[in-house]
Amino acid sequence: MPYRAHLLVCAGTGCVSNRSFEVMSALEREIAERGLEDEIQIVPTGCNGFCERGPIVVYQPDGIFYQQVGVEDIPNLVEEHCLKGRPVEKLMYVPEEGELPIPKLTDIDFFKHQRLIVLRNRGLIDPEKIDECIAADGYTALAKALTEMTPEEIIEEVKASGLRGRGGAGFPTGLKWEICRRSPGDVKYLICNADEGDPGAFMDRSVVEADPHSVIEGMTIGAKAIGASEGFVYVRDEYPLALKRIQIAIRAAEEYGLLGDDIFGTGFSFHINVVRGGGAFVCGEETALIASIEGRPGRPRSRPPFPAQVGLWGRPTNINNVETWANVPVIISRGSSWFASLGTEKSKGTKIFSLVGKVVNTGLVEVPMGIPLKTIVYDIGGGIPGGKELKAVQTGGPSGGCIPKSLIDIPVDYERLTEAGSIMGSGGLIVLDEDTCMVDVAKYFLGFTMDESCGKCTPCRNGTRLMWDILDRITRGEGELEDIETLRELGEGIKVLSLCGLGQTAPNPVLSTLNYFMDEYKAHIEEKRCPALVCKDMIEYWIDPEKCVGCLLCLKACPTGAIIGESKEPHQIIQEKCEYCGVCYDSCPKKIDAIVKRDRTRVPAETVSV
Amino acid sequence: MSWEERMVRFTIDGRDAEFEEGTTLLEAARALEIDIPTLCFNEAVSPYGACRLCVVEVTAGGRKRLTASCTYPVEEGIEVVTDTEEIRDARRLILELLIAKSPDADYLRQVASSLGLEVTGKYSFHEEEQNDCIMCGLCARVCAEVVGTAAIDFAQRGVDSRVVPFFSRRSEACIGCATCVTVCTTNYLRVEDLHASEVAHVWDHQDDERRCLLCSGWGIVPHFHDDPAALLGITEPNGSASQPAGGSE
Repeated sequence: MPYRAHLLVCAGTGCVSNRSFEVMSALEREIAERGLEDEIQIVPTGCNGFCERGPIVVYQPDGIFYQQVGVEDIPNLVEEHCLKGRPVEKLMYVPEEGELPIPKLTDIDFFKHQRLIVLRNRGLIDPEKIDECIAADGYTALAKALTEMTPEEIIEEVKASGLRGRGGAGFPTGLKWEICRRSPGDVKYLICNADEGDPGAFMDRSVVEADPHSVIEGMTIGAKAIGASEGFVYVRDEYPLALKRIQIAIRAAEEYGLLGDDIFGTGFSFHINVVRGGGAFVCGEETALIASIEGRPGRPRSRPPFPAQVGLWGRPTNINNVETWANVPVIISRGSSWFASLGTEKSKGTKIFSLVGKVVNTGLVEVPMGIPLKTIVYDIGGGIPGGKELKAVQTGGPSGGCIPKSLIDIPVDYERLTEAGSIMGSGGLIVLDEDTCMVDVAKYFLGFTMDESCGKCTPCRNGTRLMWDILDRITRGEGELEDIETLRELGEGIKVLSLCGLGQTAPNPVLSTLNYFMDEYKAHIEEKRCPALVCKDMIEYWIDPEKCVGCLLCLKACPTGAIIGESKEPHQIIQEKCEYCGVCYDSCPKKIDAIVKRDRTRVPAETVSV
Repeated sequence: MSWEERMVRFTIDGRDAEFEEGTTLLEAARALEIDIPTLCFNEAVSPYGACRLCVVEVTAGGRKRLTASCTYPVEEGIEVVTDTEEIRDARRLILELLIAKSPDADYLRQVASSLGLEVTGKYSFHEEEQNDCIMCGLCARVCAEVVGTAAIDFAQRGVDSRVVPFFSRRSEACIGCATCVTVCTTNYLRVEDLHASEVAHVWDHQDDERRCLLCSGWGIVPHFHDDPAALLGITEPNGSASQPAGGSE
């Protein structure tokens, strides 16, 4: 290779939003100006995973991890590292507690505990260049599947691997394929579900952005196994970069004869079409997704018949999620027993989580199944920022539940999360700290499913609306004790009676918080108190006259003019005018810290407004 | 579809049953004179499974669950139970949820009392969100499947969902047959003069006066015209909403 070094610039959506493309152009200019273009190659890669630290540039072969790189850092970076060989400390990752910078990516805790299988090529290859994918062993599994294996052998291999659907339900993938293969009919379809919509989740987007060929390869192997000649990738329309990259990848694979007619000269043909999603969360549900591809409104229908029997345009159809498809090539090339050696008894392989919320290191992590939740939150995630206490971890998105701090040691797999009253779901992992109100969290997630309910079946449409109303009342301090029983009754009813998975899981955030955080519900209802001081109708802001220096910052920031006072005199909040927006609280300088958020029902007698 | 008639054996309320493949549980039950209540079901259109009032308990492969009988095709070896305390509770909840949004729809209370279910009416939507539409979708479904016009369809999502002509504009496709009005479960749909409004059928009504779309006459719906020329009149604004004409019942 002519290049002595590579600069891997993250070009995933997170870093791109942080202007990584501009960083890349600046690098190109600088490298060219110094005449290094024949020595150093710049490679735009898929999502590196450590999104919070973007834009990210990794210098290889040294393995130096540069974070939060700006255009203004480029001349120095090129001068120092590329020319003089001195890594730039200023751009290195520093763990929170004022530690020494950690130069190497592999030494950073965030990366150390991960196990990359699906994301094996993340941050390493240019996802828009098929040659780079092939250089990283891309399409070797397809060659093996098409030239050495029968459809039955492929299905057996996937079954033996123990791979389960990564979209949420965890249905065994090999079994799903087998059912579709055995379903009568000469025309069958394959669908890749890339309609990721859980709040705070971006696993599938990153897989498609970082390694679209792994999805295409997995689908083509699946097509051979099932006997399908046409496939569809249903991509959420809000993912323009993923959309672009999968289209580029399909075109490149077709040009190379790795997709299309007579693949590898084996006589096997498979075509993939890209369909842009219609913008509804419920289209992630199999039957709604099929309706959407057919051009009808995305509304689910009853199952059975299952898509494997009656699917797209009435033909047997197999739907798997992005991450599931991307697992397939590795299983075929490295073998089912290798794959099955990872994980727990019933949950094999790895799982990608989007780790977000009140955690120091947010981003995308791939970990072996069965890893303790604690390892994800504390070792990879670096714990809770600001010295706060962990309260719970919300998993599985709006269909999931909250796992309380007391269960932080549980191993993360399908069974254990379900036992804990949550679900694996597609892999959203939201860390909640002591400042989070659990009733408010339940209301947020239920509000999401209520809005996204298609409105077809009675329990989901009317039931979620009624539950949300009750939660809203409770957070406004108007709850009654019997509301708790009503929430349970409605929640259990909606779960059992709803038509599709959206309604059947919508009450989970409420039921799981009722289960673990009853004390918070009771505080809201009986004492009209929000323990986390979140619910606006139960708190007030108060300026401590002892601490206030009269800087006027809060006074100027207050949108309702509720703060009065003279310069250098302690200010005061007129409670009647206050809208509880918290702008004053945020505007007060940290070292002054004069504004107190406190429980409205327990205002000390001597400070009642004059 | 295969022409061979494959028979499927299963049990329903303890009785052995044998039906042709593709038969739904609801059809099977009705053939056996087992009563299962429905709201969104109508023989004229394909099953929809939305109201969930027809839930029954199905045990398949050792797994027991409640499911809508109108959409569930009979399966070999399943056990079906159509009336248990749990099923009655479920149906009561469904009616309570519907009444929460449509408290004035008398039909729902009639159904409840005919089933011997006591509905409390303890749940309630905000007043401005209440109306008699229970989203059974029969109007839109007959329009598409029976009349073949598809002049109306669902719009919006969740509690905001409703049936409207496309873009809520007067529909050129509507032939004014009033079949939608005929099938409306709760008598929410009324026929009203087309020319005065932008919509083909108006979904709300202030009084009991209703007008025929075809002839602009006052009358009780539905009534029928056999003069095809009358159809031409419906898209022609006649300028006057109050002009009485012939053709009433």
